[in-house]
Amino acid sequence: MTDMTAATPAKSPSASEARTRRRNASERRFRLMGLIAVAIGVLALVGLLVSIFANGASTFRQTYITLDIYLDPARLDKSGARDIEEISKVSTFGYAPLIEDSLAAAMAERGLTGIDADDAADLISGEEPAMLRRYVLNDPSQIGETVEFNLLASGRIDGYYKGRVTMASAELDRNVSPEQLMLADELKEAGILTTRFNWDFFTNPDASDTRPEAAGLGVAILGSLYMMLIVLVLSLPIGVAASIYLEEFAPRNRLTDLIEVNIANLAAVPSIVFGILGLAVFINFVGLPQSAPVVGGLVLTLMTLPTIIIATRAALKAVPPSIRDAALGVGASKMQAIFHHVVPLAMPGILTGTIIGLAQALGETAPLLLIGMVAFVREYPAGPPEGFFDPASALPVQVYNWTQRGDPAFFERASGAIIVLLVFLLFMNLIAIILRRRFERRW
Amino acid sequence: MSVGSIVLVVLVLAALGYFFGRRRAVAASAKSGVKLHSLSGYYGQTVALFTAVPALLLMVAWLFVQPIIIESRVSDMIPDSVIPQGGALSLVMSDVRQIAGGLDAVLANTELSEEALNSGEVDFTTIRARMAEVGVALAGDVPQEVYEAAKAYRQGADIGRLMMTVAVIGLALGLLAWSMRRIEPRMRARNVSENFVQALLIGSSTIAILTTVGIVFSLVFETINFFKLYPASEFFFSTVWNPQFRGGSDLGILPLLWGTLYVSLVALLVAVPVGLMIAIYLADYAGSTLRSFAKPAIEVLAGIPTIVYGLFALITFGPFLRDWIAQPLGLGSSSSSVLTAGLVMGVMIIPFVSSLSDDIINAVPQAMRDGSYALGATQSETIKRVILPAALPGIVGAILLAASRAIGETMIVVLGAGAAARLDLNPFEAMTTVTVKIVSQLTGDTEFASPETLVAFALGLTLFVITLGLNVLALYIVRRYREQYE
Repeated sequence: MTDMTAATPAKSPSASEARTRRRNASERRFRLMGLIAVAIGVLALVGLLVSIFANGASTFRQTYITLDIYLDPARLDKSGARDIEEISKVSTFGYAPLIEDSLAAAMAERGLTGIDADDAADLISGEEPAMLRRYVLNDPSQIGETVEFNLLASGRIDGYYKGRVTMASAELDRNVSPEQLMLADELKEAGILTTRFNWDFFTNPDASDTRPEAAGLGVAILGSLYMMLIVLVLSLPIGVAASIYLEEFAPRNRLTDLIEVNIANLAAVPSIVFGILGLAVFINFVGLPQSAPVVGGLVLTLMTLPTIIIATRAALKAVPPSIRDAALGVGASKMQAIFHHVVPLAMPGILTGTIIGLAQALGETAPLLLIGMVAFVREYPAGPPEGFFDPASALPVQVYNWTQRGDPAFFERASGAIIVLLVFLLFMNLIAIILRRRFERRW
Repeated sequence: MSVGSIVLVVLVLAALGYFFGRRRAVAASAKSGVKLHSLSGYYGQTVALFTAVPALLLMVAWLFVQPIIIESRVSDMIPDSVIPQGGALSLVMSDVRQIAGGLDAVLANTELSEEALNSGEVDFTTIRARMAEVGVALAGDVPQEVYEAAKAYRQGADIGRLMMTVAVIGLALGLLAWSMRRIEPRMRARNVSENFVQALLIGSSTIAILTTVGIVFSLVFETINFFKLYPASEFFFSTVWNPQFRGGSDLGILPLLWGTLYVSLVALLVAVPVGLMIAIYLADYAGSTLRSFAKPAIEVLAGIPTIVYGLFALITFGPFLRDWIAQPLGLGSSSSSVLTAGLVMGVMIIPFVSSLSDDIINAVPQAMRDGSYALGATQSETIKRVILPAALPGIVGAILLAASRAIGETMIVVLGAGAAARLDLNPFEAMTTVTVKIVSQLTGDTEFASPETLVAFALGLTLFVITLGLNVLALYIVRRYREQYE
C-alpha cells in the first residue's frame, strides 16, 4: 500500500497512514464477518445434531419390569382341552390379572407393601396383557407353566428414569403418583425393574396415544424399505435410460429442449406438489389404495428422477469421447459403444447419484402426508409384492405423527426415530462416498 | 391372476424367448449355410423385447383405464334419488368402493362363498355384520342400490382383471410367436433390437414431460372444480381464512400468502448474508484445513431431511425463542411463530445460497481480480467493488432459487410456524402458510366434493405457479450470466 502514498503526495504521511489503517481495519472486519458466517453455519449443524441427539438418545434405553408369570389354566383355559378356539375367547382383560397377581406376589416376597395392587399394576404398560395373550395363543402348551417375562414399564415410570417425570410433577399428574415412583425405586433396588437397550423400538408397531412406551418403528421401517425398493427398481432404469438418450442420442430439437426444461423445473418443484399429484392421479384417478407403499414409491420415484437424471448425465459426460471413438473405430454400433463401454465406465457415478437420490427420497415427508401415510397403522404389511398395497407408515412420517401427540414422551420417540433416520442416511451417503472414492476414474 | 404373477409369467416367457430365439437363429444358419447378419444373441434379444415390453405396457395402461370404465358404468347404476341432498355422486361412489373392498375382505376371511353373494342369497344386513367382523365399518345408512352397485363394481373389477390377464399374456404369446417366426439368418436382428431399445430410451425421457403434464392437469382440473363451488374473486382477494366443515367457509388466500412470504423473508434475511459470506470466505480467505472441514459440514446441512429441521424448531428452537426472547419482551407467548420457522428455514437454505454463490464467484474471471489487486485494492475491496458487482446477476439468480425453495418448504412450517391464519406484523406470532394449509386440508378427511378440500388444489396451483415463475426467472438469469463470461 506504500505505492498509494506515493501516488497522492498532496496528503500528509499521517493522513495516508490513517487511511491505510482504516482500510486494513475494514479488511479485518470483512474477514471476521466471513469467519462468523462460517461459524454460524457449522454451529447450526452442530446445534441441530446435538439437540436431536440430546432429546432422542434416551429412546434407546427402556425401563423393563421382570416378572415370573404363572399362566393360570383356571383363567386362560377353563376347559383344559388346550383348544385354541376356546383360549382365544379370553380377551386381553383376562390376562391383566395374571400380571397384577405376579407383581403382587413379587412385592410380597420382598416385603414391599403400602400400595394397593391396582396402583402397583399401573407401573406396567397397558400394552403388556395383549403381548401376553399373543404369547399364549402362539404357544398354548405354555399354559400352566411359570414363565419369566420382561414387561415394559409404563411411560411415566420410564420417564421418571429419564428425568422427564419428577416427584413434583407426579403430584400434579393424574396418570402417576409419587407413591408409584417410590415403589418403582424400591423395585429397582430389588432388581425387578431394570433399564436396558430398547430393541423393541425397532420392531414394535406404533402404539396408541396413552402408551408411548410401546411405540416403535417396525411398521415405519418396513414401509420405508418397501418404498425405497420401488423407487430403486423404477427410477434407476428409467433415469439411466432417459439420461442415455438425452446425453448420447438426442438431436437438438424442440422435443429435447422441452424435456430438458422440464427436468430442470421438476427438480425445483416443491415436494408437496408431488404429493398432490399422487393424491389426484394415483389414488383418485387410478384407484390405488391410500397409505400404501406403492403410491408412496411412485410419488417418490417421480420426485427422485430429476436428481438421478442430472447425476447420470454428469457421469456420462465425464467419460471421455476417446472411449466412444475407439469403440466405434473397431466397428461397434453406437448402441454397443454406449452400453458396452460408456455406461459401465459411468456406473460408479450413476450409482452415487442414485444413492443420493434415494437418500433424499427416504427423508421426504410432505408428499407422503397427502397420500394418507399418516394413518395410524398397527398391522405389519404383508411380504412383497402384496405388501406394497397394504397400509404402512414411513420413517419421517412416523416422526411427524409422533409430534402431533399430546404426551411429551412421544417427542422423545420422535427424536429417537430421527436418529434412526439419520443413521440410515449416513450409511447411504457413506456408501456413495466409498463408491466414488474406490471406483470413480479421473480421466 | 395378480399383477405380480402376470409380470412373472411375462418375464419367464421373455427369458424363454431369448433362449429359443437364439437357438433358432443358430440352427437356421447352420441348416441353410447362410451366415447370420448379427451376433446370435441379438436374435434372442429381439424375441425377448417384443415379448415383454408391449405386454407390460399394455398391463400398465389397462391398470390406469379399467377403473375409469368401471366407475362410469357403475355410476350409471346409481339413481339420483340415492344421492343425498347437497351431496355429490363422488361421495356415493366412495361408499361403493368401500363396500366393494369390504365384500372382498368378507369373502377372503369368512366361509361365505362367491356364488352365495352373487345369487343374492345373503341380504345386505348379514353382509354388513360380516363386514364389521372383518373390520370394515360402514358409516350411515346404505341404500340397496348402492349395495347392488358395489356388487357390480366388484364383478366388473373381477372381469376386468380376468380380461387383463388374458389380454396381456395373449399379447406376449402372440408377439413371441410372431418374432420367433421372423427369425432367419438374413434378418438384421441387431438393427431391430437397437431401434427398439432406442424407442424405449426416448419413452423413458418423456416421463419428465408426463410428470409435468400430470401435475398441471391434476392441479388445474380440481382448481376449476373448486372455482365452480367457490368464487375465484373471494379466493384471491379475501383476507379471511376460516374453513368450516359444515359449509359457509371463508377461504381467502391472502393471509396464507402473507405468512408464506413473511416466513420466507425471514429465512432469506438469514440465509443470504450468511450464505454469501460463507461462499466468499471459503473461496478467498479460508486455509485448506478449514475449507476441507467447513465445506462438507455446510453441505451436510442441505442433506438433512426437512422433518429434522421441523422437529428442531418444534421441540428446541421454538420453546427457546418463547422463553428467552418473546415472553421476557412481552411480544408473544407461542412457541410456534414466524421467527421460529423463518430462522430454522434460513439455516436450511444457507447451503443452497452458499454453494450456488460459490460457483458464481468462481466463474468471475481471474483477470478481473488481478486487475483490481494491481491497482492496490485490498482483498475485501476487490470482493466488494469488483467481484460482487460482476457476479450480481448470478447471485440474484441464486437468491431467487433459494426463495422458491423457501416458499415451497413444508415440514418446517408445519411444525414451526403454527396453524392460525392471520395478517400480522409481529414475527413472534404464529402464522400459517400455503403449504401448511395444503397439508391440513388434505390430510384429515379426503372427501372430494367440498370446497374445503378442493381449495388445497387451488393453493397447490398458486404455489406451483409462484415457484415455477421464480425458477424460470432464476435459471434464465443464471444462464445469461454464465454466457457473459464464457
